[in-house]
Amino acid sequence: MIAELGSFALILGLALSIAQAGFSIAGRVRGSAAMMGAGEGAAGGAFVAVAVAFGALMFAFVTSDFSVANVAENSHTAKPMIYKIAGVWGSHEGSMMLWCLALTGFGAAVALLGRGLPAKLKASAVACQGVLGVLFVGYTVFASNPLLRLAYPPVEGRSLNPLLQDPFLAIHPPFLYSGYVGMSVVFSLAVAALIEGKVEPAWARWVRPWTLAAWSLLTIGITLGSFWSYYVLGWGGWWAWDPVENASFMPWLAATALLHSAIVTEKRGAMAAWTVFLALLAFTFSMLGAFLVRSGVLLSVHAFAIDPRRGTLLLEILGLAAGSGFALFAWRAPTLAPGGLFAAVSRESALVLNNLLLSAATAAVLFGTLFPLIAQAFGRAVSVGPSYFNLVFGGLMAVALLILPAGPLLAWKRGELSIAAQRLWLAAVLALVFGVGVLFLAQPRKAAAAAGVALGAWLILGTLAELVQRGQFDRLGLAHGWRRLAGLPRGTWGMTLAHVGVGVFVIGACAETSWRVEAARVLSLNQSLQAGAYQLRLNSVTDVDGPNYLAERGVLSVTRAGRAVCTATAERRFYPASATTTSKVALCLQNLGDVYVVMGERRSGPAGAPGWLIRVYLNPWSRLIFLGPLIMALGGGLSLSDRRLRIGLPKRAAPSGLEPEPAT
Amino acid sequence: MIGRRLLFRARRAAKPASTFACRALVILAAMFCIAAASDPAERLPDPALEARARALFVQIRCVVCQNESIDDSEADIARDLRLTIRRQIASGRGDAQVKDYLVRRYGEFILLQPRFSIENAALWVTPVLIAVVGGVAFAMRTRRASTPVADLTEDEEARLTRLRDA
Repeated sequence: MIAELGSFALILGLALSIAQAGFSIAGRVRGSAAMMGAGEGAAGGAFVAVAVAFGALMFAFVTSDFSVANVAENSHTAKPMIYKIAGVWGSHEGSMMLWCLALTGFGAAVALLGRGLPAKLKASAVACQGVLGVLFVGYTVFASNPLLRLAYPPVEGRSLNPLLQDPFLAIHPPFLYSGYVGMSVVFSLAVAALIEGKVEPAWARWVRPWTLAAWSLLTIGITLGSFWSYYVLGWGGWWAWDPVENASFMPWLAATALLHSAIVTEKRGAMAAWTVFLALLAFTFSMLGAFLVRSGVLLSVHAFAIDPRRGTLLLEILGLAAGSGFALFAWRAPTLAPGGLFAAVSRESALVLNNLLLSAATAAVLFGTLFPLIAQAFGRAVSVGPSYFNLVFGGLMAVALLILPAGPLLAWKRGELSIAAQRLWLAAVLALVFGVGVLFLAQPRKAAAAAGVALGAWLILGTLAELVQRGQFDRLGLAHGWRRLAGLPRGTWGMTLAHVGVGVFVIGACAETSWRVEAARVLSLNQSLQAGAYQLRLNSVTDVDGPNYLAERGVLSVTRAGRAVCTATAERRFYPASATTTSKVALCLQNLGDVYVVMGERRSGPAGAPGWLIRVYLNPWSRLIFLGPLIMALGGGLSLSDRRLRIGLPKRAAPSGLEPEPAT
Repeated sequence: MIGRRLLFRARRAAKPASTFACRALVILAAMFCIAAASDPAERLPDPALEARARALFVQIRCVVCQNESIDDSEADIARDLRLTIRRQIASGRGDAQVKDYLVRRYGEFILLQPRFSIENAALWVTPVLIAVVGGVAFAMRTRRASTPVADLTEDEEARLTRLRDA
């Protein structure tokens, strides 16, 4: 009954999305406030309806109602509750439902929170959001309804893939999808701006908070996924440039570029067309990702159930939505007035350069991901692996990051490189010293990696130098300086945090990939192995009965130069429901890095005694890889809380023009 | 390959309940790669040669896997390829020779880093081209845009100073 109610609510959601689009368009065309209001109401209704459908699906999972096909395929009575809930979005159908929930949710948010938007612009945006809702909710209703019943329900479900039964992965999709779909608001606002035929600085001010919110959520989502793959898959890595990873990374890159270009449009009225283009691109990449992950056109280690029919449908939706968006852009963008002149050395220029390099880097990811497909069309089979991305993407981004600290120190319109140099020389020297220190201290000696670490330090120190300059400690003294810093707008603090986060990430990524130590040995009880400076001794191996798995649990004591460091408890788990084996990695946090222990298969040991294949990685500074993006997301959130950016407020902030500009 | 193996096993396990289609089985992240190449049983005695072999492994695709290098994959063919490469390296062959041998047998698909060739030019050049063309276009635009904004004349400079000091 509940499932049928859910199906009904989902169809109602589709009907309301149609109403949302219809009323908003009609209201916009006739200039009728009542109809526009009806469109907004329908947007709220569509969200409620899809939420009810989503709730019904969750109810079916929680109660293990195996008469619902999707539950029977992805759940199991013995699964812990958190994974029953996470099972809702563990499958293709369920995750599309999550997508629809986020989409209608953002649609309702625009309709209800966007009070400050001009009525016409808002009606167009709500209409566009409605059309997107029709496409995706319609797809879910007709091609991938997760609430369909089975004629002959099984007694027991087939359970969720054990690798997905992890707390980090349980919350990874909601963040990721909110981020993906959050870009739809920006897409809709861009379409609305094109329809209205003008992009004002105020428009950029409305776009920025939505982009920031989606970007922050996406940052957290990607980081969670990466951390999951780091400590669940047991391979010691955290990013493989797999097509599915790239699919989530491309919207993030486009959103990052958009965040920066929108600043120029907002403050200086320049780059309007480009900002609109990026706004369209971000959600296009989100949809492309949804298509790539579900269609199976690319070989990926993690893909959803491969169903060509659904893939084709998603491609059609992508083509329709993105195609009309960009067609509209091609038609209307030339009418957008180019604004704001600026000199070659200015903050605008720095941001343009940032966008240029980010775009080229995004193109590298896009091309690398799709190239095997393109080559296939020409009858060639080619693989594009991590080394291509590291080289091309890494190279372009290194240039972008190198100039990053100078950007915020340049004045708008016309900046002076000499002033920026004056304020940054100390940071540059310190970063160089740090890099040289790493070069000589870290074994084995790796120049490129040391340069990368120095680059990270340069980002952190350069960003802090900018902060110190804003405090004007040299002129005002410590106490006054602090007060000045405390009085800075939160947006400024957000930017500082985000840039520091990039630096933290760069240091971690370079150190981990370059100085990782790996060791593997078959150990019997009480034997030990040496990994770098650490010694690991296998103390015990016991059999463990988990809630829905059986495991061999190895306990190893980790020592360094005779001193006990920690006890590592690693497991090799077997899930009978799906007959799969996974590993539970043991992580020992050591100076921001990890002693990473994987319990392997049982083999006969050296003296005929039973032994276990133990793999150990020493990952120096690996935690910085995950800490950095979290700092970035925190910066995004902080920036979002800036009252100048708060959703719903722009109207009041716009005409006054009395807001104190941050000191430049 | 592991993904496939899991899929196969799961299918077998699910036989009794095969009323619903197997095609719908989710294989999201059906990956369990554990740097299989570090297996002590396969290692070469000479650490320098072993390091070279490992550096090669990450560049070679496990041809039957979804998207894994032979360094990660537990698949049989990955093991065979690792053994072949280790043998060739131990017998004194260079990295390029080993790669050529693999490409002759399996095609360019096996190389995870595409070669710098005419066919792959689009892949390597496009991103850099975007940066360069965009940069040149931007430079030309700012040059054009900034010319009319000439520096202040001496007269104007003096007036400005007067205004500022006033």
